Amino acid sequence: MAELKTLEDYRNKIAQCVRCGACQAHCPVYLETGREGSVARGKIVLAAAVLDGEVELDERLREEISLCLLCGSCVVKCPNHTPTDAIVGALRRQITETHGLTPIGKGVAALTGSKSLIKTLLKGADLLSPLLFKKIPETSGLRLRFSPELLRERSLPPIPERNLFARVPELLEGDADKPTVGVFAGCALTYLYPQVGELLARLPHSLGYSVFTPRDQGCCGMPALSSGNGPLIDKLTGANLKAFAGRKIAAILTGCASCHGMLAGHSAEKAGNPFGAELVDIHVFLAQHGLVERLAALPKWQQRVRVTYHDPCHLRSAGVVRQPRDLLRTLPQVEFVEMEDAGLCCGLGGTFTAAHPGLSRSIGDRKLQGLQASGATLIASGCPGCILQLQDIVDRAGLPVRAVHTLELIQQALSESPQ
Amino acid sequence: MLNDRLLQQLADIVGADNVSASAVDRITHSFDATQRQCLPDVVVHPGNAEEISRIVRLANAQRIPLLPRGAGSGFTGGSLPVHGGIVLVLTRMNRILEIDVDNLIAVVQPGVVTGRLQKEVERLGLFYPPDPASKDFSTLGGNIAECAGGPRCVKYGVTRDYVLGLEVVTPTGEIIHTGGRTMKNVVGYDLTRLFVGSEGTLGVVTRIILRLLPKPEARKTMLVAFASIDGAAEAVSAVIRGKIIPTTLEFMDGSAIDCVRKAAPLDLPLDCRAALIIEVDGDQAVLDGQVDRILAIIQPLGMLETRVAATSEESEAIWKVRRSVSPSLRNLNPHKFNEDIVVPRSRVPEMIRALEAISNRYGVPIVNFGHAGDGNIHVNVMVDLAEAGMEDKVQSALHDIFRATVDLGGSVSGEHGIGTAKAAYIGMELDPATLAAMRTIKKALDPNNIMNPGKIFLEDQPEPGATAG
Repeated sequence: MAELKTLEDYRNKIAQCVRCGACQAHCPVYLETGREGSVARGKIVLAAAVLDGEVELDERLREEISLCLLCGSCVVKCPNHTPTDAIVGALRRQITETHGLTPIGKGVAALTGSKSLIKTLLKGADLLSPLLFKKIPETSGLRLRFSPELLRERSLPPIPERNLFARVPELLEGDADKPTVGVFAGCALTYLYPQVGELLARLPHSLGYSVFTPRDQGCCGMPALSSGNGPLIDKLTGANLKAFAGRKIAAILTGCASCHGMLAGHSAEKAGNPFGAELVDIHVFLAQHGLVERLAALPKWQQRVRVTYHDPCHLRSAGVVRQPRDLLRTLPQVEFVEMEDAGLCCGLGGTFTAAHPGLSRSIGDRKLQGLQASGATLIASGCPGCILQLQDIVDRAGLPVRAVHTLELIQQALSESPQ
Repeated sequence: MLNDRLLQQLADIVGADNVSASAVDRITHSFDATQRQCLPDVVVHPGNAEEISRIVRLANAQRIPLLPRGAGSGFTGGSLPVHGGIVLVLTRMNRILEIDVDNLIAVVQPGVVTGRLQKEVERLGLFYPPDPASKDFSTLGGNIAECAGGPRCVKYGVTRDYVLGLEVVTPTGEIIHTGGRTMKNVVGYDLTRLFVGSEGTLGVVTRIILRLLPKPEARKTMLVAFASIDGAAEAVSAVIRGKIIPTTLEFMDGSAIDCVRKAAPLDLPLDCRAALIIEVDGDQAVLDGQVDRILAIIQPLGMLETRVAATSEESEAIWKVRRSVSPSLRNLNPHKFNEDIVVPRSRVPEMIRALEAISNRYGVPIVNFGHAGDGNIHVNVMVDLAEAGMEDKVQSALHDIFRATVDLGGSVSGEHGIGTAKAAYIGMELDPATLAAMRTIKKALDPNNIMNPGKIFLEDQPEPGATAG
């Protein structure tokens, strides 16, 4: 496994930034704060100053470096493609090495670092329910990650009784002439939205593929990346590699944009995809395998629901923008409309929402204008993190809109009769 | 210069959250889009003109430099704190106060990003034409300080042509109001024009009244390939002589085309040594006729190929060629010296030939593209400063470029300003009496030289009125 890069490894990349300021137009945090330290250019200059020993890793610096969603918008739009997300990741790891994990980082480590803990806590219980916190000691990192104070203002889905692994077998046997694909579900599609995780496995199976959903897979490591925990990233990556090793698979499918971004190495900038098989977002997979045509052949419903789409940052920066729309547009029960600022970040950003709840909400609220103008009653997306955040945004605004995963609408079209 | 007492005074004015003297904030406000860095002493984010007035009075009393800053995206060092001091970041003042559809006026604060105003007025069928390449992030305050231009200026003029009035905090802390809300206004001196393009050296703009136009109904884009720069230049002159003013008339010379071609496949004939991107806008009904007339005019001038965009996607594809020039330059050499000279449009071919000669003389690649329609050429001297003696070579090449520009009746800066980057060349263009008149104005408004000191004028030149020797 390739070593995680240090800040020093990025010296040349840091020098690529010509400080033109173009990142200001695309940084969700800067659009809220208007402060130079929030945006990629400011962080790159700080990274250079850290490398040259011109500034301490003091509290003010740690605060500025915490103000990044790792959304990658600046990287895509940068004329020189300076990998600011990866540089911020390296800078956070350096901060963690010298100053230890933040309380939130410790919570992430406790939650995502231990499969047994996450399973125990989730077994039949509502992880995010404030009631649960009564049973957790004051000192636990979990209390800090999902503190009741933070949760009181957030709308959350009820936690289903059965997680993904109780819903699909480890191997779904498909047609003999079709290869096996792997499913990397991630924490959210395993525990929070297992009904979507199930579709991630069942839809490819319905196309004839054998589907392997290894039980030993764990967290993708995005929260660990976000909190600067290098050893935890290594540990999780190692566990996930092991989970998929030993079986010949044609591709690993993801239904969570953040997992895809993390595993594809966009933010980690490790030596590319560590898995033997190609990582493929489920929208891309379904579009490649004729689902658009199959949906188009279905009779249109009389009563169609108006749906718009939110681009998850980690799909947009991977260039996956067309396929989810192609699928949505052909759904027989859907009247698809674009909304303004579909590509604007929802503001969740891994641990960002826990560290900066107010800012996270105001970034998210920027979605409201376009969403309202679109007249949509459903907002589809390809990332459970975005879906969680989007539902919170519309609930706080009192809008009669529901956030759904694109897969749920596809399943509805395939399984329900026209209305 | 700065002590705890001053920091406390600043905090009393703007609130503690909006003042910082931390190393981090000083570093993140030490640069702009030039490659220089100079640390300020303190960074302040004021919220309104009254706060700025109080800060300016403090600074003036204590002789502390003040640096107004918008997006910090200038190319000539206009917001660099070369003498330290207080950076006044105006991004909090980012409200569009009013869009008046009856009088075609917008009233805005200086921190409004230009592209955002354009989007808002276009929703109402109105139009704010100045379109610097940085419009998606640069602020109107910064655009006014530098008198920003852009491709559309051929037809619509530059920032100064759209500023009707300003509220300005002067270097002594007075809040003054120039111009007004009407097109016609001849009461007193035209201070509005004095402040537009003054590079933050005469005051801090805190409120802006802008003129708007009705939004053109449609636009049409075409790309024309030529075998030589002369053909392209002759085409520009012929179109203008034909009494057509296109919205944009952009050109790329052979070196720019080579650069793009090296970076990615380019759908242009191999013998193409110059290309024009011509766009016209207006009522749909007249556009097609206008395109035909332009094509008829340039047909006989040795063009290789013409592509007229039928859809907005095709138009976008054409503009993509132009936009890909800048990023592709880095493949040539790591360091870019980007100048924005302007010559009368009929002299563009002579200027390009002079640039080729300078490129050969010093053995440095020079890539040229830009706004042929108004003679504004973006000259990019691409070098690797790690090579021995390169710094001197570049300086000599730049000197020769500016000399040639002025000799052709041009100007050393069309839209980027002087700042620190071009201060050494201002004397090439302006005679001593003119420079002295400008410095007299500066001295009168800013007796203690606190407002963005070290910009425009070379600092070792004597103050006006000072006796020599």
